[in-house]
Amino acid sequence: MTTESLPVAAARPARRRRIRIGRSTAWVLLILALVLTLFPFYWMIRTALTPAADLATDTSSIWPHHATLINFERVLGLTTTAQDIAAGGSGATLDFLVSLRNSIIYAGLIAAGQTLLCAMAGYAFARLRFRGRELLFGVFVMALMVPPIFTLLPNFALVKSLGWIGTFQGLIAPSLLMTPFAVFFLRQFFLSIPTEVEEAAALDGAGRWIQFWRVVLPMSRGPLFTIGLINAVWGWKDYLWPLLVGPDQNTRVLTAALGIFLQQSPNSAPDWTGLMAAAVLAVVPVALLLVFFGRRLVESLNFTGIK
Amino acid sequence: MAGTDLSGGAVAVAARQRPWAARGESDARRGRRPARRGDGRIAWVFLAPALIGFALFYLYPTIRGAYFSFTDYDLLSSPHSVGFANYTALWHDPLYWNALRVTLQYVVINIVSQTVLALALAWLMFRLTRSVLVRVLLLVPWLVPNVAVGLLWLWLLDANLGLVNHLITAVGGSSQGFFTTPSLAMPTIAMINTWQYTGYTALLFYAGMLQIPGNLYESARLDGAGELRTFTRITLPLLRPILALVLVVSLIGSFQIFDTISITPTHGGPINATRAVYYYIYELAFTQFRMGYACAVAMTLVLILGLLTFVQMRLLRASRSDLS
Repeated sequence: MTTESLPVAAARPARRRRIRIGRSTAWVLLILALVLTLFPFYWMIRTALTPAADLATDTSSIWPHHATLINFERVLGLTTTAQDIAAGGSGATLDFLVSLRNSIIYAGLIAAGQTLLCAMAGYAFARLRFRGRELLFGVFVMALMVPPIFTLLPNFALVKSLGWIGTFQGLIAPSLLMTPFAVFFLRQFFLSIPTEVEEAAALDGAGRWIQFWRVVLPMSRGPLFTIGLINAVWGWKDYLWPLLVGPDQNTRVLTAALGIFLQQSPNSAPDWTGLMAAAVLAVVPVALLLVFFGRRLVESLNFTGIK
Repeated sequence: MAGTDLSGGAVAVAARQRPWAARGESDARRGRRPARRGDGRIAWVFLAPALIGFALFYLYPTIRGAYFSFTDYDLLSSPHSVGFANYTALWHDPLYWNALRVTLQYVVINIVSQTVLALALAWLMFRLTRSVLVRVLLLVPWLVPNVAVGLLWLWLLDANLGLVNHLITAVGGSSQGFFTTPSLAMPTIAMINTWQYTGYTALLFYAGMLQIPGNLYESARLDGAGELRTFTRITLPLLRPILALVLVVSLIGSFQIFDTISITPTHGGPINATRAVYYYIYELAFTQFRMGYACAVAMTLVLILGLLTFVQMRLLRASRSDLS
């Protein structure tokens, strides 16, 4: 699609020149894709640094004429309500630190719980013999295909009847113990590692329980970390469930806080600079995650060398 | 609860671990298990937490959701049975059919654009660079919560002050109400999600391309095959297992479009143009408190996705032969 097909019988120098043109075109396209991916984020930062009063006049300069941090201060609640409204706000704040804390608790607990408990289940499916194993595993895999909203409705009814709306146990309960995907992932992984080490441990008299905790888990740190990271990303991005179950401030996660902050902004003239400052703050943790674990995340999508 | 990602990840893993190979292996092992005793009791200890989680939050709600779909239930008083009334109601509900129609519109635009762009991007990366940095940068939008991405594009595409409209008017076009024009609203939302997930999908395809043995490309080159021919004759056919998986799984994820629609100020509008089925279910359950009816609509979504899953299984089986 990007570089055209080369004629079979082309003379060598002409062919080489065409290849060079083709490669340059391809590079241009790849760089264009990167720009299209990243520029919106730059524009988000740029808008967040623009005073609200300049929005209509200072529309397209690459750097705002009167760069300011007031929008960040407003969103973080560092200004008074009067100052906020004067600067184009609605008086609403994001409670960034509280919702960041809530997001970390939500994503962290889910990731930790799912990873460990699903590792246990995945190990049982991969290594242990018991009646109904294939059937049970099949049922687990089928759960992957049920659209989340279908279980979300009754789960909400359940959490509500338990009186857990607005609590962390209500937030995490449905996803803490298992996610079909992690069971599937880890079972496949345990199937792919050789059994010799466990057999050696068994000869030393270690039972399955000891083998799992002392031998298998330490060997599997890499994949466990990967699935933990992926689980944490889901928790971090999750929106509808935490919005429904943790609507108040002390359990409100970052995505829900952003959505609510948007609703509080007047529809006719949204507080764009404040909204973008809030969005920037929501992206910062992602950027940090990429700086530290970017390579690992990318490589987790990279299923090479396994045959 | 994040449909698309989950499925995408599943694809990566499924393709990575070759479930069919692994299953074959375990079958073989099962076959030669002559004298070993089972691990019955300890197995249930290992499985207990996941089993409890599964029973309480997957199995129980599935049964309960099916039950609710035959009841009238407002979340406050207890549900009472109404037989098939919810299903006959949805059969005559124009908003239901509208929801399916606009969802389908979204899915087609989103899947086609995302797959084509991701394939092109993967091919560019594959031919040009193995840089981790490039891949990390392409992954950024996928990591950002949908709500933040939606917010960002609400601003970029704003009818009055948005950058995109500013650029359009600068080159002589007329300003567009991307979210307020009925014919533009759903394509706009589809393109936002394509923007967010193309890089991620491209990385899955790219990883698949790396699996294709290099000597095939070499012989193609010796035969004088050009770039396009190499891509269509070697890469695309050999990528088919992963392509099929990614395609069908992101199709299922695509049906679950919700976050972007829910933060758009038109709330399913204009004139229901973006009231997709997921959002419709949400409204029924949580703003109209018609939980029974919402469950009936969700049931039909389960059936539709079940059908797609069946197609997926067929594709998976069909793709087996290509691997050998």
